[in-house]
Amino acid sequence: MPKVKLGAKSPRIDMTPMVDLFTLLLTFFILTATFRPQETAPVDTPFSVSEKPMMDANVMTVLIAKDNRIFFNVDNGPDTILKYRPKILAEMGKRYNIEFTEDELRLFEKTGTAVGVPIQDMKKYLSTKDSDEKIALEKGVPIDSADNQLSYWILFARQINPAINTMIKGDADVDFPVVREVLDILQDKMVNRFNLITNLRAVQITEEQIAE
Amino acid sequence: MAHIVQEEKKGSKKRPKKGEAFVDMTPMVDLMSLLITFFMLTAAFSKPKVMEIILPEKIRKDEKVEPPKIADSRTLNIILGPDDKVYWYPGKADPEVTVLQETDFSATGIRQVLLDRNRALFRKIDQFEKDVISGKINIRQDSVRSAISQLKKDDDTGPIVLIKAYKTAKYKNFVDIIDEMSIVGIARYIFTDIDWIEENLVVDALNRAAAAPSGSAQ
Repeated sequence: MPKVKLGAKSPRIDMTPMVDLFTLLLTFFILTATFRPQETAPVDTPFSVSEKPMMDANVMTVLIAKDNRIFFNVDNGPDTILKYRPKILAEMGKRYNIEFTEDELRLFEKTGTAVGVPIQDMKKYLSTKDSDEKIALEKGVPIDSADNQLSYWILFARQINPAINTMIKGDADVDFPVVREVLDILQDKMVNRFNLITNLRAVQITEEQIAE
Repeated sequence: MAHIVQEEKKGSKKRPKKGEAFVDMTPMVDLMSLLITFFMLTAAFSKPKVMEIILPEKIRKDEKVEPPKIADSRTLNIILGPDDKVYWYPGKADPEVTVLQETDFSATGIRQVLLDRNRALFRKIDQFEKDVISGKINIRQDSVRSAISQLKKDDDTGPIVLIKAYKTAKYKNFVDIIDEMSIVGIARYIFTDIDWIEENLVVDALNRAAAAPSGSAQ
């Protein structure tokens, strides 16, 4: 029997199909990935057993940060052509006699970050590039009865997108009276159905507990 | 993994090789697998969960609507206190008689209190879910939830829970207590404002806890 000679060359694997597949997968994941805009204030949400996932579109969120600042966020609607964000900002401007330019509206549409400034500071906030300056401007949306801007944000968001869902994203350690105030404002605007954003946790009830 | 391409020396004939243009794709594959891993992970874990709550419509001051009457014997009042404490008492608040019971959010705390009162309904729901899993009840998967909510609607033995929050309660407590309602399967619960009688009761309870030496505080 002749000896089987092993080739000195290392065997080549044809990687083309693998690369093809990888490219496909990569394209798919890149296209489906939705990039979350940077959070303006860190919010640690509480835990619950609810398994309902958050909706993708038609969402307005009231954020309550640890230091009791209120932020407000809306999305552009299920399709980017709808451009809900600039429309809502324009309505807000009309209410407070502030004229927003086309560029400012477009900038507001593109940056999906939550609103944390009083509407009077909005122009300055949009024009500034410096992130430290931006943070300094974010005093939270005013909610006191003298100047309740949050209620107008909610009102216009609901007028422009009637199918909008309300989310409340509160930090676990926020004092409850602040949350109650936000709930009151929402109820004044006839929003009685909310979704609280939470993290998932697991809970089990043992047999003994039932039987006792 | 790079290949060592051994050159073949074959005489002096200089001929372009046929169909052997080989590109080393290893770095490209490396990079791509990294990117795929990244995108897959971010896609799968970025979705937060939501918990739906529906509050009753506010009664406007000019409207003359009687608030719904509920039997005292079935009501259970829960007051969210400071430092993750939970106070509860059955029936109606009476500044002379009512004593707040103190408990917490652990598995043997408020959950046990609620479960004791809601055992009949909880068993019913539990049995129903088990029957669905074992195939005893043939029901479409998407109508299970509505069947359970029908069970809750028909229930007339479980407690009616009134949830109130003391001013130093945290948002976390609010979420936790609604969570307990869904864990134990309470059919009827409502969120209301705390009144002055109950506020005084909480202050009393806090004073009592402060006066008692820690350890024997109960």
